[in-house]
Amino acid sequence: MVPQNLYYTKDHEWAQVNGDTAIIGITDYAQQSLGEITFVELPAVKKQVKMHDVVAVVESSKAASDVYSPLAGTVLEVNSELGAKPELINQDCYKTGWICKLKLSNPAGMKNLLNSVQYEEYLKSL
Amino acid sequence: MSFIANTSLQQQQMLSEIGLSMDDLFADIPKELLAKDFNLPAGKSEFEVRNRLAELASKNYIGLTCFLGGGFYDHFIPAAVYAIISRGEFYTAYTPYQPEISQGTLQAIFEYQSAICRLTEMEAANASLYDGGTALYEAMMMALRITGRNKILIDDSVNPIYRVMVHSYTKNLNIHLEETKNDGGLVNRKDLLNRLDDGTAAIIVQNPNFFGCIDDFTDIAESAHSKGALLIVSCYPVSLGILKTPGAMGADIVTGEGQNLGLTLSFGGPYLGFMATKKEYVRKMPGRIVGRTKDSQGRVGFVLTLQAREQHIRRDKATSNICSNEALCALTALVYLSLLGKVGLKETAQLCADKASYAWQRLTSIKGVKPRFKAKWFFNEFVLDLPANAADVAGKLIEKGFAAGFPLSRYYSDMENSLLIAVTEKRTKQQIGMLAEALETVL
Repeated sequence: MVPQNLYYTKDHEWAQVNGDTAIIGITDYAQQSLGEITFVELPAVKKQVKMHDVVAVVESSKAASDVYSPLAGTVLEVNSELGAKPELINQDCYKTGWICKLKLSNPAGMKNLLNSVQYEEYLKSL
Repeated sequence: MSFIANTSLQQQQMLSEIGLSMDDLFADIPKELLAKDFNLPAGKSEFEVRNRLAELASKNYIGLTCFLGGGFYDHFIPAAVYAIISRGEFYTAYTPYQPEISQGTLQAIFEYQSAICRLTEMEAANASLYDGGTALYEAMMMALRITGRNKILIDDSVNPIYRVMVHSYTKNLNIHLEETKNDGGLVNRKDLLNRLDDGTAAIIVQNPNFFGCIDDFTDIAESAHSKGALLIVSCYPVSLGILKTPGAMGADIVTGEGQNLGLTLSFGGPYLGFMATKKEYVRKMPGRIVGRTKDSQGRVGFVLTLQAREQHIRRDKATSNICSNEALCALTALVYLSLLGKVGLKETAQLCADKASYAWQRLTSIKGVKPRFKAKWFFNEFVLDLPANAADVAGKLIEKGFAAGFPLSRYYSDMENSLLIAVTEKRTKQQIGMLAEALETVL
């Protein structure tokens, strides 16, 4: 169930790296643990984030969780669809449920992330 | 409160039932912290206690004709307010812990929020906060959260009691709080706008301000917004019966003290802080929020909503540590507003303004008494410069039966002779005349 083309964090965020940009979101494990998502607080476009800075907040009826940026960069674009349809994260967290797109300030930072095999192993250990 | 007997025999029975001694009940408190002596006389009869309390109470000045304001006002409270709020169904100090089971309480809070929105012309209000000062502090923190900046500008025409509170709350929070000095009784626009920059989270102003002067902050809102900062306006709800609302001025967060909406002065509390904002900022607002919804069968119901902001869910990242509200005080404000209605509130506000205007004319006709500021527009409060120390004069007037006003030297070092005088709809022409005559004799 873990897409092979993405990179992951132990906090259950994913990043789809494409040259010097990356699309980020939360994983299936994260959306299942949160339950029905009711609101997503998106970052402002042009916001600069370091690796592990809070880049968004995902609220469900029972929790509000910070989403940490898997990589450092500047926010290029946000998934504004989530404003009206936060449930997209529950329905399809790896595609239509993406959160934002970053212009990476240090693409080499991705060597700190887990690949799909490592993330899958990590999930098994939980 | 109902009478609950607690005889030593009953105490013994209860203790033997649970198998403990009285000392065991206090075992968790370290011995050195336990009070050894309460400095209370030995047991007295009910009759003796009443006499003693009456004797102590007679030291208070009661029945003074009140011209004191400074954020807290002696307005008339219709008897129906107390009659309605003291009904058992309503009589709770807080939002209930199992809120949805108390639909009536939630409905009352929802209606209170709606009333605050209509009064301030804002889009959303919370279920209330402790008082005007803490509400202003919460608004400031909210602006910091929304903007991600850390500089706040506040003019010293904002109630000094609120400013003291804001300073003490934020002392260790690494917030850059800059104060501007009022310009002739009005907000110091020039200094505020000079200090406004891309790091400013909010400008805080008050209307009518602490000196009673009326302003229109539309221009300040526009300047603030052009720099990405917010405008926070603290206001006096009764005045909104006739004044331009903070919402119409473009304010982003509106707070204030709700004591003037049917609550007694009560020696400083409990009071009512209110807060309203724009819809886009609701998720950054502190406090409880009641929402109206429909159940699975389509029936209207009320719930506590947007709870993911609150500390029982968001823990240390909550918007505030406020997890309840001033439910009974908020209900009082709602009942007061409902009883007065739109017309009654307008009339009350107009009466305050008219009587204050008359008092200003009468008092400034006294030799040596001058208006402090050139600004002509005030609501129901104004500052007079006396030919003597204002605190001394106010002290002498207490002996003559008047709480004549607030001596401003307590908070403004350059206002030794200045007295802040408030006039509500309760003051009569005769009382104003008597104050003027008393003032003439003590000067």
